Amino acid sequence: MHVVVIGAGEVGTSIADSLDESHDVVVIDIDADRAEQLKYELDVMTLAGDGTSLSTLRQAGVEDTDMVIASTDDDRTNLVACETAKTLANPFTIARTKSVEYLRTWEMTEEAFGVDFMVCSDLLSAENIVRVVGLPAAVDVDPFAGGKVQMAEFQIMEDSPVAGQTVAEADRFESLTFAGLFRDGEMILPRGSTKIQAGDRAVVIGSPASVQEFASDLAPKTTPGEADEIVIIGGSEIGYHTARLLEERGLKPRLIEQDHDRARYLAEELPNTLVMEHDATDTEFLAREHVDEADIVVAALDSDEKNLLVSVLAKRLGTDRVVAIVDSASYVPLFEEIGIDVAINPRQVTAEEITRFTHEGVAENVSVLENDQAEVLEFELSDGCALVGRPIQEAVADLEGDIVIGAITRNGENIIPRGDTVLEPGDHIVVFVETSFVDELTSRV
Amino acid sequence: MIKLRVDWRASLDLTGRVLTYLAAPLCFPLAVALYYGESSVPFLAAIAVTLVAGTALRKLPGDPGNLGPREAFLAVSLIWLLVAAVGAIPFYVSGTGILAHPVDAMFESMSGLTTTGATVLRDFSLHSKSILMWRQVLQWLGGLGILVLVTAVLSELGVGGAQLMETETQTKNVNKLTPRISQTAQLLWGLYGALTLLAIGVYYGLHLVGLAPNMGLYNAVAHALTSVSTAGFSPEPDSIGAFRPVIQWAVIPFMLVGSTSFVLLYFAINGDPMRLLRNEEFHFYLGVVGVGTALVVAGILFDPTIEYGAEGTLRHALFNVASIVTTTGYASTDFDLWSPAAKHVLFLCMFIGGMTGSTTCSIKSLRWLVAVKSLKRVLFTSIHPEAVRPVRVSGNSVDEETIRDIFAYLLLSLIIFFLLTVIIVVDGARAGTVTEFEAMGGAASTFLNIGPAFGDAGPYGTYASYPRSTRFVMIVLMWIGRIEIIPVLVLFTKSFWTS
Repeated sequence: MHVVVIGAGEVGTSIADSLDESHDVVVIDIDADRAEQLKYELDVMTLAGDGTSLSTLRQAGVEDTDMVIASTDDDRTNLVACETAKTLANPFTIARTKSVEYLRTWEMTEEAFGVDFMVCSDLLSAENIVRVVGLPAAVDVDPFAGGKVQMAEFQIMEDSPVAGQTVAEADRFESLTFAGLFRDGEMILPRGSTKIQAGDRAVVIGSPASVQEFASDLAPKTTPGEADEIVIIGGSEIGYHTARLLEERGLKPRLIEQDHDRARYLAEELPNTLVMEHDATDTEFLAREHVDEADIVVAALDSDEKNLLVSVLAKRLGTDRVVAIVDSASYVPLFEEIGIDVAINPRQVTAEEITRFTHEGVAENVSVLENDQAEVLEFELSDGCALVGRPIQEAVADLEGDIVIGAITRNGENIIPRGDTVLEPGDHIVVFVETSFVDELTSRV
Repeated sequence: MIKLRVDWRASLDLTGRVLTYLAAPLCFPLAVALYYGESSVPFLAAIAVTLVAGTALRKLPGDPGNLGPREAFLAVSLIWLLVAAVGAIPFYVSGTGILAHPVDAMFESMSGLTTTGATVLRDFSLHSKSILMWRQVLQWLGGLGILVLVTAVLSELGVGGAQLMETETQTKNVNKLTPRISQTAQLLWGLYGALTLLAIGVYYGLHLVGLAPNMGLYNAVAHALTSVSTAGFSPEPDSIGAFRPVIQWAVIPFMLVGSTSFVLLYFAINGDPMRLLRNEEFHFYLGVVGVGTALVVAGILFDPTIEYGAEGTLRHALFNVASIVTTTGYASTDFDLWSPAAKHVLFLCMFIGGMTGSTTCSIKSLRWLVAVKSLKRVLFTSIHPEAVRPVRVSGNSVDEETIRDIFAYLLLSLIIFFLLTVIIVVDGARAGTVTEFEAMGGAASTFLNIGPAFGDAGPYGTYASYPRSTRFVMIVLMWIGRIEIIPVLVLFTKSFWTS
């Protein structure tokens, strides 16, 4: 596939990076130095120029391209670039925006601005946070099969009931599959006899109810029903959308914002959120407002350093769980190492969301795990597919790589996948697979 | 020499226009006079004065120029004052009874135009049908605001029209239904007219089917003119109490509709009733009527001297509470005979008023709602000093400047109310006995444009028993109260007139 990526910032680079192995990628950036530099970092062609100009796009070969991804930091540039590409040819266009307003406009027709798919990074990050908030102890949650199936990744603690058990022993939850384990940066595809150890990260796939049940088994103290004392620190767009989405779920979060005008704006926009105007790095204030009693603290300030500081402060005060927005991808491991429960990188989230379209036509939905070591994919099985008509055990054995089928939905109903389950055309399957095997798998399905 | 910053010429030009337009409504009582074979002189005299004075004001030397905020303040104050003065001419010229005195003619006219409904008439039979009808017409004109009417007529007012409407109603944003302010004003007056016609239809209809023998066409028109306008004059000395209960029930919805925001009513009629039904000010205002009625019912039930029966108790309580809250001022019975508890409830109801953007007067529900909510906020922020909590009404946050204005208005209203009470008590001491409570009732009733008070000025009484000097002060305060204080008070500041 020939792909043109406009913008060589973190998002553009990350997308180009995940695509360059198996696709022909052209990256356009207005900054000539940046374009030049990227040429040596990735196996892509780079162009210095304005991604919204006809001549640059022609030079990048947009007429013969399959996909254009506009991922600059400027919403309008991205929209104009997509529209311009559409006037030249008919590539699949993806635009990254920050403004939710543009997303809402686009959603009205799903073709406004010449955009075929729009990714709103702030909203995506907020949605991620809210999903994580809904599942205590989860570090990552993604919906599949229209919400009927959930994939969640959990950190296994020492005191966790499943620590030390084998997968077969731990597998006592209805319609829940242990899809994979990450141990010391290594991915393990679990067998029945695999032992789950403290410190592992376990990926489970199943119905939302069973995932919820598993989550409350792991962290009984912070079951979702009780995790309603939520403090959001920082009224950034992500902070705002997080509060808004929590309000939609009937929760009443507290939000701390230092800027007077912004605080006023947020208080007006968020009727069920208690907005406070204060410096969130003031320990006395945090103690006075009983931030220690909060079930979850979300650090959504505008700089990674401040987020790190408030996260550490909140942890020290005794908050159960801290979710932090980390702008710079390279800090994510650092945040997790010092004990911040979940670090969410908006650019990574955006790049992940965009990457799903590299499997366009085959996979319906993609979730990328642990720095792209593994992916969870959703497929709709077609008639001629290699997996159809045979028991899962047999069909999977024929494949060269290992996959785990985590969930099956047939006619909108969840079916628990067992070794002898026979797959039918039209089934939606959610599979856990090592990233290096994804292309092989997509070609077979 | 002081250089005037106000372009008074522009204000006078507009005032002149309005005065000439007044000739048209004066033709209605003139027709009534001709129909009943009464003297047409009072109305012809008024028409002559209004045309001459109006034209003279417009012919003043100089260029009329443009209507800015200052000119709007001056014009609004002058128009209400001069229209009331011209409106007094038929009363004065007719020369019957107490109206022969210029102060009393002016009192009746100002009370009418400002939709107060406080009367100095003692013996209604002295006055001709056409003179009594002119009182009703004045109230109808004042109901929605003469400046809204002027804006509806004068499409060339444009930007100035919005300015005038804002100044007249003391609202920050005139809720434009259409891009052109004159069209908005036309829609509002169209709705107002339609509701009045509906009221005529209902009242006269009840007469035609035999349920209200004394509600003839004359009475139907007269009462329709003063119910939707929440004004309260009646050509009957016993007000609505002169009619059968069915009429009293029929009047209640029209008073309530009249004090509902006309903008929201317009939306409700045009297929968006939820905008009205979800409006918090609407809930608050109906809530006040509900609670007030319940308290008055209790007051009547615990009073052994009053026997209305179940239906009568509910009817009289609801009717009089609605009449006072909506600042109409009709009465279905002499509530001055009720227990002090019930009377106090009515007294407190005087301060509420209906919705903004309606024909009602008094403080208005929105101001109380905002005040109550911001007081709640004060309590909250004293516990959480960092909390940022906008005051919300119907989901929209009210800006802080508006909240300050509202508190200033409330304070100003209370000060004026107390000063007026003092004047009535001190002045009344010379003439006879006015109790403190009656004085407070009289002050609230005139200043807040309600109408009936307690004691001599009760629902079946007259303001003629107050000294004439008190009535003079009341004329001024009815004027100030109707245009919500500020437009008049700014005229008395030095900075208004100088650079």
